[in-house]
Amino acid sequence: MTAQSLFEKVWDAHVVTPESDDRPAVLYVDLHLIHEVTSPQAFDVLREQGLRVRRPDLCLATLDHSIPTVPIASLKDLQIVSEPAAANQVIKMEQNCAEFGIELRNFASAERGIVHVIAPELGATQPGKTIVCGDSHTSTHGAFGALAFGIGTTEVGHVLATQCLLQRKPKALAINLSGKLARGVSAKDIILKIIGEIGVDGGTGHVIEYRGPAIAGLSMEERMTICNMSIEAGARAGLMAPDDVTYEYMAGRPLAPAGEAWDKAVKAWRKLPSDEDAHFDRSVSIEVSDLKPMVTFGTNPGMVVAIDQALPSNGDAAFAKALNYMQLEAGKPVLGQAVDVVFIGSCTNGRLSDIEAAASLLKGRRIADNVRLLVVPGSAPVKRAAEALGLDEIVRAAGGEWREPGCSMCIAMNGDKVAPGKLAVSTSNRNFEGRQGSGARTILASPLTAAAAAVNGRVTDPRELLN
Amino acid sequence: MQAIKIIRSTTVVLPFDDIDTDQIIPARFLTTTTKTGLGTSLFNDWRYDADGKPKPDFVLNSPASKGAAILIGGRNFGCGSSREHAPWALIDFGIRAVVSTEIADIFRNNSLKNGLVPVLVDSDTHAWLMANPGVEITIDLERRTLELPDGREIAFPIDGFSRYCLMNGLDQMGYLLESADAIDAYEAKRA
Ligand code: SF4
Repeated sequence: MTAQSLFEKVWDAHVVTPESDDRPAVLYVDLHLIHEVTSPQAFDVLREQGLRVRRPDLCLATLDHSIPTVPIASLKDLQIVSEPAAANQVIKMEQNCAEFGIELRNFASAERGIVHVIAPELGATQPGKTIVCGDSHTSTHGAFGALAFGIGTTEVGHVLATQCLLQRKPKALAINLSGKLARGVSAKDIILKIIGEIGVDGGTGHVIEYRGPAIAGLSMEERMTICNMSIEAGARAGLMAPDDVTYEYMAGRPLAPAGEAWDKAVKAWRKLPSDEDAHFDRSVSIEVSDLKPMVTFGTNPGMVVAIDQALPSNGDAAFAKALNYMQLEAGKPVLGQAVDVVFIGSCTNGRLSDIEAAASLLKGRRIADNVRLLVVPGSAPVKRAAEALGLDEIVRAAGGEWREPGCSMCIAMNGDKVAPGKLAVSTSNRNFEGRQGSGARTILASPLTAAAAAVNGRVTDPRELLN
Repeated sequence: MQAIKIIRSTTVVLPFDDIDTDQIIPARFLTTTTKTGLGTSLFNDWRYDADGKPKPDFVLNSPASKGAAILIGGRNFGCGSSREHAPWALIDFGIRAVVSTEIADIFRNNSLKNGLVPVLVDSDTHAWLMANPGVEITIDLERRTLELPDGREIAFPIDGFSRYCLMNGLDQMGYLLESADAIDAYEAKRA
């Protein structure tokens, strides 16, 4: 048998009808994640065509993008605090899920949260699965050895109706990571470095497999942070071989297999990692031992430097436009820039270990006077777990806001936003113009770097504050 | 979706690389639950000032851009989020084709399902189109060519299936529904 990569194994196992020159493959989907923003038009198509949802049992639905992160107990509360269009979208989601027989993790659910946080938390994300969602950060789930990618709303309709998608097989890109992270440097810094190296279109048309000793040493939450931002390098998906760290994380989760089924599943999963001489169309190697905390300086995630590095210059018009938007100067570092807002949260860095990292730096300190700090747990379970550790108290005592779960200031769709011209240091994944609010300026960074910026009111190397 | 065979139009040029879907349609407009009406918010933050007045120096606001159905964008057009609202907004505004040297994967997929033609050209052709905004060109799906004003025809890649769907106005749901037997068999085999 020819050697196969993890990606090829998962792909092949899901081909319903193979690809040919004039037909894409019909690919089966094991798990369909659904949220309120990219699904209403898909449900409308089902209604128009008189179709039903083929496998409601393979859907996992939640509310995350357009909901406020102030406490909400009911739809009635929502209508009071929310903008009407956003509230309407949530109400539509409730109606659509009820009509088509899909269970919705809504405000009443103890499991609600950002879709890419809750699916792993529940044990729904599993090695070898195909996972899709009308959301580009679906790549997050690749950390478990799943083939997970974002789709558009038309395709959401396709999956609802047929549990399948029409797909052309992407190419494979290996990113080999070696070395060991220094203290104060995190998974977020690794992925920012990767995007800086290969560029925001470096992964276009490819599925990335992150491999090597630097990955093996990471926790599942750290691995998810890396896979999450595969799309920021333009990749279709990003994945990693499952291993004992994966199985330890998954064991005992509500939707993970149990008992005999678990043993059987693990046995099958152990066959998934890429064979030794598996083919990759391209490969890139990066050593992480010398990595420093990374920060973005422009208006796409590929415009990234080490925190103390002088900003490059470049004759390109778009480059100049980006620096102008960010009000930053070539030749100077981002270090020391005055900060207005710090956001800790999102599907990239809104998990327990992220909040723990930020809290470790905030503990016993106050944030700078002019800074607004927003800490938004990625899910209700993350929030409860953080509160059980007293992290909410640390955040409040430091002068920060402790919010309800949701996408919040990552996408600025419902209330949580950065004012025009203000500078935010954010643990989210996109620094596009206006992403965090019209005219808002965003620096992407790790939770530690974000917390350090909140404390000093300036972009700060977090290693200065670690004891 | 509207069937397309030939698009003959003047061009409008956005000379930046990496134009992301947050620029094409900012997230705050995604609270809609329909596909129409997004054209007025297309490139909202580049197009209007803080008071909502059109910025005279933004290309889509210039009288010369009126009626242009072909957008020439920089490399990696449509990167970022999976929001199908991006092609919906472009189509609602009247754009029927996007031309670049590279188009982001999800945006490309979404475009194909909505009758927005993604056209990849070589860097020389692209540079010429960038330098000559407003020229009239023809995109011919039947022949898979882009015809420049001097009559030169540039072939562009598009797979047969996508082309068939565009030319017949199909969003591909029908094809998937016809695969029901194969899907049943696949599910039975795995059960
Ligand atoms: S946290 Fe941000 S990137 Fe993640 S799903 Fe929500 S909006 Fe998208």
